[in-house]
Amino acid sequence: MRRIQLFREIRQGVENLLLHKLRSMLTMLGVVFGVGSVVAMLSVGEGASKEALDQIRKVGMTNIIIRSMEPVEDATAARSHTHMTIYGLLYDDQQRIEETFKTVKQVVPVKLVRKDGRLGTRALELRVVGTTPDWFNLLSRDLVAGRVLMEDDAKDRAGVVVLTEFGARKLLATENTIGQKLRIGGKAYEIVGIVKSMGSSVGTIQMPDEEVDAYIPIEAAKERYGDVNVKMTGSNQMREMVELHEMIVEVDADVNVEATAAGIGSMLKQFHKKEDYKISVPLALLNQAKATKRTFNIVLGSIAAISLLVGGIGIMNIMLASVTERTREIGIRRAIGAKRLQIIRQFLIETVVLSTTGGLMGIGLGLFIPWMITLFAGMPTVVTMDSVILSVGISITVGIVFGLYPAARAAQVDPIIALRHE
Amino acid sequence: MSQTGGNNSVIRLEEVWKIYAMGHQEVHALAGVNMDFRKGDFWAIMGPSGSGKSTMLNILGCLDRVSKGKYFIEGKEISQFDDNDLSEIRLRHLGFIFQSFNLIPQLSVQRNIELPLYYLGWEPHQSAERAVELAQKVGLGERLDHKPTELSGGQMQRVAIARALANDPAILLADEPTGNLDTHTGDQILDLLCELNQAGKTIIMVTHEADIAKRAKKRLHMRDGRVESIEG
Ligand SMILES: Nc1ncnc2c1ncn2[C@@H]1O[C@H](COP(=O)(O)OP(=O)(O)OP(=O)(O)O)[C@@H](O)[C@H]1O
Ligand SMILES: [Mg+2]
Repeated sequence: MRRIQLFREIRQGVENLLLHKLRSMLTMLGVVFGVGSVVAMLSVGEGASKEALDQIRKVGMTNIIIRSMEPVEDATAARSHTHMTIYGLLYDDQQRIEETFKTVKQVVPVKLVRKDGRLGTRALELRVVGTTPDWFNLLSRDLVAGRVLMEDDAKDRAGVVVLTEFGARKLLATENTIGQKLRIGGKAYEIVGIVKSMGSSVGTIQMPDEEVDAYIPIEAAKERYGDVNVKMTGSNQMREMVELHEMIVEVDADVNVEATAAGIGSMLKQFHKKEDYKISVPLALLNQAKATKRTFNIVLGSIAAISLLVGGIGIMNIMLASVTERTREIGIRRAIGAKRLQIIRQFLIETVVLSTTGGLMGIGLGLFIPWMITLFAGMPTVVTMDSVILSVGISITVGIVFGLYPAARAAQVDPIIALRHE
Repeated sequence: MSQTGGNNSVIRLEEVWKIYAMGHQEVHALAGVNMDFRKGDFWAIMGPSGSGKSTMLNILGCLDRVSKGKYFIEGKEISQFDDNDLSEIRLRHLGFIFQSFNLIPQLSVQRNIELPLYYLGWEPHQSAERAVELAQKVGLGERLDHKPTELSGGQMQRVAIARALANDPAILLADEPTGNLDTHTGDQILDLLCELNQAGKTIIMVTHEADIAKRAKKRLHMRDGRVESIEG
């Protein structure tokens, strides 16, 4: 029975507000914008962290990627054709990291070299990635066909290669590619598998894989291509020596990632005179996303708070006017036997109906603003059910908070004065 | 709780005062009233303007509290009741009819009549049934969905009477129920009240008009907050 009564009270509230449509609309505006800002705010924050999380997941939450970088002086200095630049990560670095940090589960080494791949008459410049089978454990890439690298490949000194789907298409353009012979930089390989590549970068993260990758055992890469790489630029011959181009460090838990990265940073500093490497921590992106979220929360949160406050005061103002206008009605209800609490209830419900209607419109606005943000600013946004529920909660709260005083005033109406014949 | 005035006393006033403080001056709207209204009575309260008629009716109707004295309704002393309890008495035992009808303008005739039942917590379909029945009784069965503003004065007062009857009160209180109506319509309203009185309702009515007062069974004349005389 209470349910029926509440339903009736709500209907009555709606009817009373419909008596003054324009006034009710104008009164709701504050809540509309307030709630709209709340939903928009949360959607931008949610979008930013979801994007970051998606990116991070592709690189691995607990991974740290260290890349060799040619120091700036070396790149511009000695251009003589006999000069050889030596820089980058060392085989020893890998061992040192594995031995020093308890939080490091494993370090996957990567050697990179650009070579032409040939299959029959087709040719494609490949990025040869010499690595261990663990590479595929750390970066979960979908297997399209065949298999990934295995421990035995290294032992057998076998010339095996895993291609990306993209590379396989370019070179072979057929499904039946497993087992085919591919020549990379003049050396022969058997294609044992094809994986999906993530592409070179997702958002702001540089991915450890490229579409033209060809994965071979790191032992084969060392043996067949060595540590010295020769690049021809015009008549100049550029020679550089790099032991490891990349290391992917797996940390045991995501809470240890940043500390471990810092530790590795200071350790590498000791052994490298120049900063010829770069450490990137995908998880840090999440913090960046959190920072973005915070900025948006402050800006839109203030707008929301101010709108809701102004909106709430507007509602209170209108409800006070309504109480004055309806003094007689209140007097009649009291004379008939309505208790003070029932009058309070009536006006509170009316205020909550007003604010909640505004809130629902605000949710509409809150769906529209993120859509615009995504459309024009290209920022990802996600409107969650939680933010919608929160908005309804806020609207109801605004109604109750700002409706309490007018309702209390209504309950104080003296039926004798209200009913006095004028 | 004391039992007074015999078993057929509905309302009893003992030495009732209503005192308003106006600055440093006191207005005695009621100055020691002793009255006994019995079951089935039809009273007309008369007297010059300012004599305390409305004050008396407000006290009887539990809309106001006495300053001094005792008020019994159906044997129960309620002089010390709080606002909530008085609301409950109004809701269960009293029905009001006003000079200016006092219908709620945005509610339909039916919803106006249902109002007391709503506060009594009746089921919607039951109160709807009762509202229809009452509207028919006052001759407005066809006007249930109309708004009060679409009705004539006499019709509005009929709706008000239907509403006053909804909770089946022991006592009907009417403050100048014909004050806003022409003589003919006023007479019709009085016919209705007489009919209700004959059916057993106790009615206490304030009026200026001697013609109207004549139709009540008993008359009470007030002056300066006191009962001047009683006839009938
Ligand atoms: N709220 C109040 N404050 C001060 N004085 C009041 C108040 N209400 C009534 N009075 C005074 O009490 C006296 C009785 O008033 P009441 O309204 O009962 O008269 P009445 O007999 O109904 O008059 P009328 O025929 O004009 O309606 C008057 O002197 C009036 O001024
Ligand atoms: Mg009066």
